[in-house]
Amino acid sequence: MSSSVNSTALWRSVLVRDLRIAARRRSDALNPLLFLLMVVTLFPLGVGPGPDILARIAPGIIWVAALLATLLGLDRLFKDDYNDGSLEQLCLLSQPLAFTLTAKVAAHWLLSGLPLVILSPVLALLLNLPLDAWWALALTLLLGTPALSALGAIGAALTLQLQRGGTLISLILLPLFIPLLIFATSAVENAGMGLAVHGQLAILAAISVLTVTLAPLAMAAAVRMSMN
Amino acid sequence: MWRWLHPYAKPEATYRLVDRLLPWFAALTIISLAVGMIWGLAFAPADYQQGDSYRIIYIHVPSAIFSMGAYFGMAVMGAIALIWQIKTAEWSIPAIAPVGAAMTAIALFTGAIWGKPMWGTWWVWDARLTSELILLFLYVGVMALYYAFDDQRTGAKAAAILAMVGVVNLPIIHYSVEWWNTLHQGATITKFERPSIATSMLWPLLISLLGFMLLTATLVMMRFKNELLRHELHRPWAQKVLGTAQEAD
Repeated sequence: MSSSVNSTALWRSVLVRDLRIAARRRSDALNPLLFLLMVVTLFPLGVGPGPDILARIAPGIIWVAALLATLLGLDRLFKDDYNDGSLEQLCLLSQPLAFTLTAKVAAHWLLSGLPLVILSPVLALLLNLPLDAWWALALTLLLGTPALSALGAIGAALTLQLQRGGTLISLILLPLFIPLLIFATSAVENAGMGLAVHGQLAILAAISVLTVTLAPLAMAAAVRMSMN
Repeated sequence: MWRWLHPYAKPEATYRLVDRLLPWFAALTIISLAVGMIWGLAFAPADYQQGDSYRIIYIHVPSAIFSMGAYFGMAVMGAIALIWQIKTAEWSIPAIAPVGAAMTAIALFTGAIWGKPMWGTWWVWDARLTSELILLFLYVGVMALYYAFDDQRTGAKAAAILAMVGVVNLPIIHYSVEWWNTLHQGATITKFERPSIATSMLWPLLISLLGFMLLTATLVMMRFKNELLRHELHRPWAQKVLGTAQEAD
């Protein structure tokens, strides 16, 4: 059967299409990152520029800013495809919808999660985070952001029919993000004190693997629900 | 095997069943809560370490357990609604969510009251407290999502999916006291070994647990009856129920 070949080809073409759209509308992908930089900039101004305080609260600031930045782009994740009908076409195909949607999640991660990892040395520098802790920060972002994208896609799919779903997305997603935040910041704090971080990193990886495999099922159910 | 359940996909049959069971549940709730509360708060012996202030356990533990129990029930109803497309299961979600949220709020509030004399603070960012707070947020999210849609069925399905996704939080809450060795004391009765509580304190606690379970069920059933009537207002049976109720007044 050619359908098994087709579903991976379809996956790749959806990914490439989403990346191409993002390349043509750069501001959509860049705005959340600029927002993140600005949020991070606000904290030294708000709590005072003392290097000790900043280094202590840096992991929390960066992760909270990352959560907020992830939320910003989510509204658009399925909306345009829903409005122009191409999402409906994906539903009608014989290829599994859950698998196809992971391509959109992957595109979202490449545009929101990966830039965060790349940006993390700059953020660490801004907030006076020591080098040992920066490695842990980059690793937590690398392991944690796929889960953010996957969980976020569930929220985006659930609120697809709503005209102003933005605030509702935040309301339903932030509670689900909290475990990631807890483990990530405790890993960075441990790294800053020279303690082992493998436990927290392993749990973050486990959460990511679990959400990336199971979330597409919820996503597909939510997208189908929005279609009628 | 499950054939006897089939009639209850019909709202009218479900309404009659709930209507018949509700007085029994209400009566048993009053009895068990009265016995559990009076025994626990007035007659159970004082704790050798915590004195009388431990007595709030008779409200705190049952409400915390059934804040999770109600969420689990809601998620099961969500699964039934999504898999078998049963409308009555969809309508039970808005019936359960506010009751569960209230239980969560009671658990957090009594926990804060208990925490003040024992730990010297109303609130700590401890794993179990935080995850219970997340549970409250999840309830709020489910309710917000349910009422956000113009089309009630879409809202119900969206809330069902969210309820099922949020279930992952329940084991986190339950095992948080074991995974993180934190300020919150360990489990007292919900473990497989012998309970680490004296029998004279355990019995009133078990009766309070039963009382809170029945209370949750009773409140959910009362709300569920209203939901059934609200969705079936245009049907003759619902009009008949409401009509006779008005005459009885």
